[in-house]
Amino acid sequence: MNERPDFDNMSCPLPLLDHDTIQLAHGAGGRLSAELIEKLVLPRFSSTELDKLEDQAVLELPPGRVAFSTDTFVVDPIFFPGGDIGDLAVNGTVNDVAMSGAEPIALSVGFVLEEGLPLADFHRILCSMEQAARTAGVRMVTGDTKVVGRGGCDKIFINTSGLGVIPAGVSLSAASLRPGDAVLVSGTIADHGMAIMSRREGLSFTADIQSDTAALNGLVRALLDSGAQVRALRDPTRGGVATTLNEFAAASQVGIELEEEAVAVHDQVRGACEILGIDPLYVANEGKLVAVVAQQDAEKALAAMRSRPEGAEARIIGRVRAEHPGVVAMRTTLGAERIVDMPVGEQLPRIC
Amino acid sequence: MKYLAEFRDPELARALLDEIARTVTRPWTIMEICGGQTHAIMRHGLDQLLPDAITLVHGPGCPVCVTPLETIDRALVIAAQPGVIFTSFGDMLRVPGSRDDLFRIKSRGGDVRMVYSPLEALKLARENPDREVVFLAVGFETTAPGNAMAVRQAAAEGLTNFSEITSHVLVPPAMEAILSAPNNRVQGFLAAGHVCAVMGTTEYEPLAARHRVPIVPTGFEPVDILRGILQTVRMLESGEHGVVNAYGRAVRTEGNPAARAVVDEVYTVCDRKWRGIGTIPRSGLRLRDEFAAFDAERKFAVGGINPEEPAVCIAGEILQGLKKPPECPAFGTECTPLHPLGATMVSSEGACAAYHKYARKGLL
Repeated sequence: MNERPDFDNMSCPLPLLDHDTIQLAHGAGGRLSAELIEKLVLPRFSSTELDKLEDQAVLELPPGRVAFSTDTFVVDPIFFPGGDIGDLAVNGTVNDVAMSGAEPIALSVGFVLEEGLPLADFHRILCSMEQAARTAGVRMVTGDTKVVGRGGCDKIFINTSGLGVIPAGVSLSAASLRPGDAVLVSGTIADHGMAIMSRREGLSFTADIQSDTAALNGLVRALLDSGAQVRALRDPTRGGVATTLNEFAAASQVGIELEEEAVAVHDQVRGACEILGIDPLYVANEGKLVAVVAQQDAEKALAAMRSRPEGAEARIIGRVRAEHPGVVAMRTTLGAERIVDMPVGEQLPRIC
Repeated sequence: MKYLAEFRDPELARALLDEIARTVTRPWTIMEICGGQTHAIMRHGLDQLLPDAITLVHGPGCPVCVTPLETIDRALVIAAQPGVIFTSFGDMLRVPGSRDDLFRIKSRGGDVRMVYSPLEALKLARENPDREVVFLAVGFETTAPGNAMAVRQAAAEGLTNFSEITSHVLVPPAMEAILSAPNNRVQGFLAAGHVCAVMGTTEYEPLAARHRVPIVPTGFEPVDILRGILQTVRMLESGEHGVVNAYGRAVRTEGNPAARAVVDEVYTVCDRKWRGIGTIPRSGLRLRDEFAAFDAERKFAVGGINPEEPAVCIAGEILQGLKKPPECPAFGTECTPLHPLGATMVSSEGACAAYHKYARKGLL
């Protein structure tokens, strides 16, 4: 799942350049800009379209409806256990495209670099983007790099846009849930958010928490190919599984009931959540999807997800019901029932 | 996971619930003091599983909720000043003052930072000798030792650019106020386990004796809470009063002497205003005079800011266990976590926020 570039073998060696850090001139369009693009960026993202260095990529797409998505990545820290801003930017947009049922084909990438960013850091990010794109089977077809003065951004911001083609017969929608449908999640929750937060909070005992950043298009393909009747897919990033399910419940005007026992959380993640006073249902994931499938296809869908490494820990976590439309509820391990509400804002560590 | 799963064990919880049901013969009203307990009760749905005869009412133990408006307003004025690094625990950032909150000050350019410990604020003061670093020291006896330690350490190091807004509150005087109120309906208490872990249990003995109530130091996991309730119910049913510890793995009779010593060295008891309730005599901690140099309110001369609390919500009655959140006409309509009218809806540990989050009536 979390395949990382192999720096020890120098499979992705840093080319020799005149500077150690990003200079304003790297974005000025002159010799330094050209050198940055040619020596650092292009070798990582080589594709027929990109190598032409035109102002745009011209693509031939297979027939079908096109899914198109964009996302901007500003994560701090830029390197974290299990990944970095680079593979996050690739996987995030691949997943947003894939959640429509589309096969992602091409990505664009826009960098905003802060003056002074170590070139070695930029290069490391490029290498992990290359690896992530290769794993997901998408091409980088167009891109842009800008440099801003110190303080103009925080080290590096990355925008990626992606497009893919939806196969004939696939039609997924958050508004198509029906009572009786099964709700599945493709593995443990809250790994990414707690990897980031525990790094920010400096919680030493949480060193093992890894981000789950991963491309999910293979998992989506396996799910759709299984023949299970899939109603809706979404990757529960910001706001976590709770937010995704609330969006589903509102869009379809159905109720959703979760089983607390069925929701899997790694021990270390749960420990960090407890200490910070944070509910894992609201924490971001970057390599998980929530699937709603027709009742009779629940086991089939579960088997299809578990056949893939990124879905090995998939679970059925709840079901759709006609009662309490628009509201997500949870049957607690003790057998009581409570609301799982939309979050109000960012979750904040509590006082005591 | 170890040391957590055991205390959420459904079978153990069910056995305790059965035992409570067997023990109870008539209606009892029990108050859990701490907001953390309130949230655990709502999150795990314990209130739905208890016999109808037992009514849990929610106490004043939410530090964010009871921090007076003037403290928030003074903090906002200080945080907005150039040259200040203002530090706070996370859940104070969203608490509205009269007009603003710390997030808004930050968005307008104030240097407001969330810290996990006051010692992080101290580190910032060391690293930024040309800036004033201010820490918003709120909370009950639980957070007081860490906050006192930061001041003592700053004094020892001669750090002159560190100061605290001290607005600590104490649990026993609030319980005394609740029990002395003519309309009190609380018959027994689940005392706040982590407050007792610091302070011990002896200071509750006179309270229990004077008002003839059971006071049971209780933890925060479902099994802990149910053990506390069972103990309280047993005492109520047999007409006993006194202090019986149901959180033995964290609470000792003498508390944590080292923590108590540092609190006593740095702070002294004072009258304190509680948001929504009013002034309770000898219910707070302030810096001792010898540490006045670390008093941010003095340093920044904000003592004159004394806003009036708007009389729009019933948070005071809720914090005293006189009413429950759904009894407020504004609950869930005018007053929501997004647009809170009172502090109990703001804090993640506030009773109104807990009800809104987990158990809005009519939704399930």
